[in-house]
Amino acid sequence: MILSIKKFTYIMKQPLLEARGITKEFPGTRALDNVHLDLLRGEIHAVMGENGAGKSTLMKILAGVIAPDTGELWLEGQRATFLTPHQALAHGIAIVYQELNMVPTLSVAENLFPGRLPTDRFGMVRYGELFRNAEQAIRALNIDLDPHTLVGDLSIAHQQLVEIAKALSRQCKVLILDEPTSALTDREADMLLGLLRRLADDGLGILYISHKLKEVFAVADRVTVLRDGKYVGTHPISTTSPDALIRMMVGRDLGTLYPQRSEQIGKPLLQVQDLCGSRFAAQNSFELHQGEIVGFAGLIGAGRTELARAIFGADRKLSGQIILDGTPIDIESPKQAIEHGIGYLPEDRKAAGVFLEMSLRLNVAVTVLHEVSSGGFVQAAKERVLAEKSVQQLNISTLNIEQEVRRLSGGNQQKVLVAKWLAIHPKILIVDEPTRGIDVGAKREIHFLLRTLADSGVGVVLISSELPEVLGMCDRIFVMHDGAIVAEFKAEAATEEKIMRVASGQTSE
Amino acid sequence: MQNATSLDKNTSAPKAVSAQRNFVMRMLRAREFTLVGMILVIGIALQLTTGRFFTIPNLNAISLGFATSAIIVVGMTAALVSGGFDLSVGSVFAMGGVVTAIALRAELPIPLSMLLGVGSGILAGLINGILITKAQINPFITTLGMMGIARGISLALTGGTTIAGLPSEFYVFGQGKTFDIPNLILIALFAIIIGDLLMRRSAAMRQIYYVGGNEEAARLSGINVDRVKIGVYLLSGFLAALAGVLSVSRFTVGDPGTGMGEELRIIAACIIGGCSLRGGKGTVIGGLFGLIFVGFINNAMILLRVPVYWQQLTTGVVLLLAVGFDTLSQRWQLRSRGRKTV
Repeated sequence: MILSIKKFTYIMKQPLLEARGITKEFPGTRALDNVHLDLLRGEIHAVMGENGAGKSTLMKILAGVIAPDTGELWLEGQRATFLTPHQALAHGIAIVYQELNMVPTLSVAENLFPGRLPTDRFGMVRYGELFRNAEQAIRALNIDLDPHTLVGDLSIAHQQLVEIAKALSRQCKVLILDEPTSALTDREADMLLGLLRRLADDGLGILYISHKLKEVFAVADRVTVLRDGKYVGTHPISTTSPDALIRMMVGRDLGTLYPQRSEQIGKPLLQVQDLCGSRFAAQNSFELHQGEIVGFAGLIGAGRTELARAIFGADRKLSGQIILDGTPIDIESPKQAIEHGIGYLPEDRKAAGVFLEMSLRLNVAVTVLHEVSSGGFVQAAKERVLAEKSVQQLNISTLNIEQEVRRLSGGNQQKVLVAKWLAIHPKILIVDEPTRGIDVGAKREIHFLLRTLADSGVGVVLISSELPEVLGMCDRIFVMHDGAIVAEFKAEAATEEKIMRVASGQTSE
Repeated sequence: MQNATSLDKNTSAPKAVSAQRNFVMRMLRAREFTLVGMILVIGIALQLTTGRFFTIPNLNAISLGFATSAIIVVGMTAALVSGGFDLSVGSVFAMGGVVTAIALRAELPIPLSMLLGVGSGILAGLINGILITKAQINPFITTLGMMGIARGISLALTGGTTIAGLPSEFYVFGQGKTFDIPNLILIALFAIIIGDLLMRRSAAMRQIYYVGGNEEAARLSGINVDRVKIGVYLLSGFLAALAGVLSVSRFTVGDPGTGMGEELRIIAACIIGGCSLRGGKGTVIGGLFGLIFVGFINNAMILLRVPVYWQQLTTGVVLLLAVGFDTLSQRWQLRSRGRKTV
């Protein structure tokens, strides 16, 4: 009896899952550098860090989606290697991604047991048994859900519950959740957090990635902070504070990486008044001056891209006005925006930016087809001159201008995108995550290029999830949260702490 | 291949030399080049075995055989490059011919009758384009629907029978000759050359490649994607109907059942010629070569007295070989590149 209690306490103290010295490099970046994490039974363990700190990479390693370069995983005191998500699942580690992976046209029950449907000896699904099993899995969560409902008819919150039920029905010991509340209303989030608490009290270990400080303090037992792929520390939530956490997440020097700001900000160039788009809720107003770089900070999903796309005419506007050089203008399509001298460099380079299979020459000429043509025919010579000029001006590393863009490095692809917007001689350039996933050298070049553009009188809007970039580059900074601009800072007055606080929904003091 | 690895640094010095080599490599990689070679090989082999391949009557017969198809290839190439395709061309081909034949029988003037036939194809293409862009119905469903509709209209207008007894002046397009070359071949050549030139050089048709290459990027670069797509289907409908009208002029009857399966033959030819179902690439000349290549193989089988039933099988095999070879060589390319850079 005494022995078994000893053994019991030993098991309780032994980490359920432990990651030791995990390092993972991707071409050009070290995503994780000697990172530790330990998860206890019955614990909700929050993992925090800025965008790009390496949280998702770490979770993917735990779930067997990607393999670490070095480092060890220990599961219940045993060394474990997960080569595939399937193996991780077999060991009891389940992950629920931010983007849900379900078939909307099938029922809840069928989504609960993909690949594990009960069948008879002819291979036919035994629906009676399936729905009984589903009923059971749902009841175990103590939630109200009909297993016959089509998943597509459920709210996001309920779809999330189905994902959790799916994970639990596989007898998982560790549940990993990647920003589970990002798409939920406050009430739904409370419901989910309540459920997680109950599950943890029953002995499940939960890893919980979130940006929302309020939630972390409401539900987590301990918190681990990552910064730039490095392990910063793990603390019991009771011994830390929101301010301390923010400092841990952002504490770092800016250095002199960024170009000199200019002293001369010109007259107002663009005025956006009460703009409301089809993909964000609030009415937003802001001004951009000649020669100014204005930053938009905020968490992923805060509505920055959506606001930019609405201005550029890529998404529908519901209301509001755009004034360029003192004249109200209509922008119904990107084509019209370009005619007004507005360029937009999208955040998803491959999906919405470059033409991967086409040559550099064709990629650069796309925005100015009419200018390199005469009489309706593209003039090969003009096109070549434009492409050669771009290669020189932006220092693009390429074999020649006929090189297919997919063969260029990420940084050079990004420069090709910049080149196509320089070709229109923009008055306003909106750049959305212009340095995401590119190496430090190219990043620096793009930073200096944006400043040079601003100095020549262009108004630049810089959307970035990297706070140091926003702070280093911008003259003024707007912070968005939940589709609305919630704060404006002058460059001198802004700090990462202040921005993080408003971006994560805390009202500024 | 080599250039993929050495990209990030030191590429400026040997620029001229590598540009030249790059050009040669691109020529060799181009599907057109391979096809011309294979076409010549087949031609010479046939000449050697049968002794009557490179004769004016045989070449004339072959060319006439695919003249109308060549016209349709131009529109289909545009549709494929834009990332879609047009399954309705076979039916529109019949409809254009039937409408013209009926108009001629109603003693309308020849130009007006032809205009009506071609106009019916333009209308079909316009409807295709509008459904695909504005109603967001995918090209497969839209043009499959139009394939049924146009065929149905042809059959209903004629009661299912052929229409003969057309004015003989109308036959000049399909049967007449200029400088001893059949007019039909001249018209087809004209369509191919102009089509290829415009696809290569005109600013308007260049937009089709951008749309097929990356639709969202094209839209964000200021291209009116909907207008480009509508234009593409309109062109395809126009050319299919034009080919149908010329076919009536050649065979002297309007036949509501003609052109069955033409859409798939044309798509096969374009794909063999270098188009991709994913869009963004392909040339009119490539499509023509694809057509000639399949035509030559079929012609070879006739000359070698292989039963006609085997022809479709060969077309199928050639299509799979061409696409299979392309996919495999691309995957091989990617794999060897992956080894070098990672």
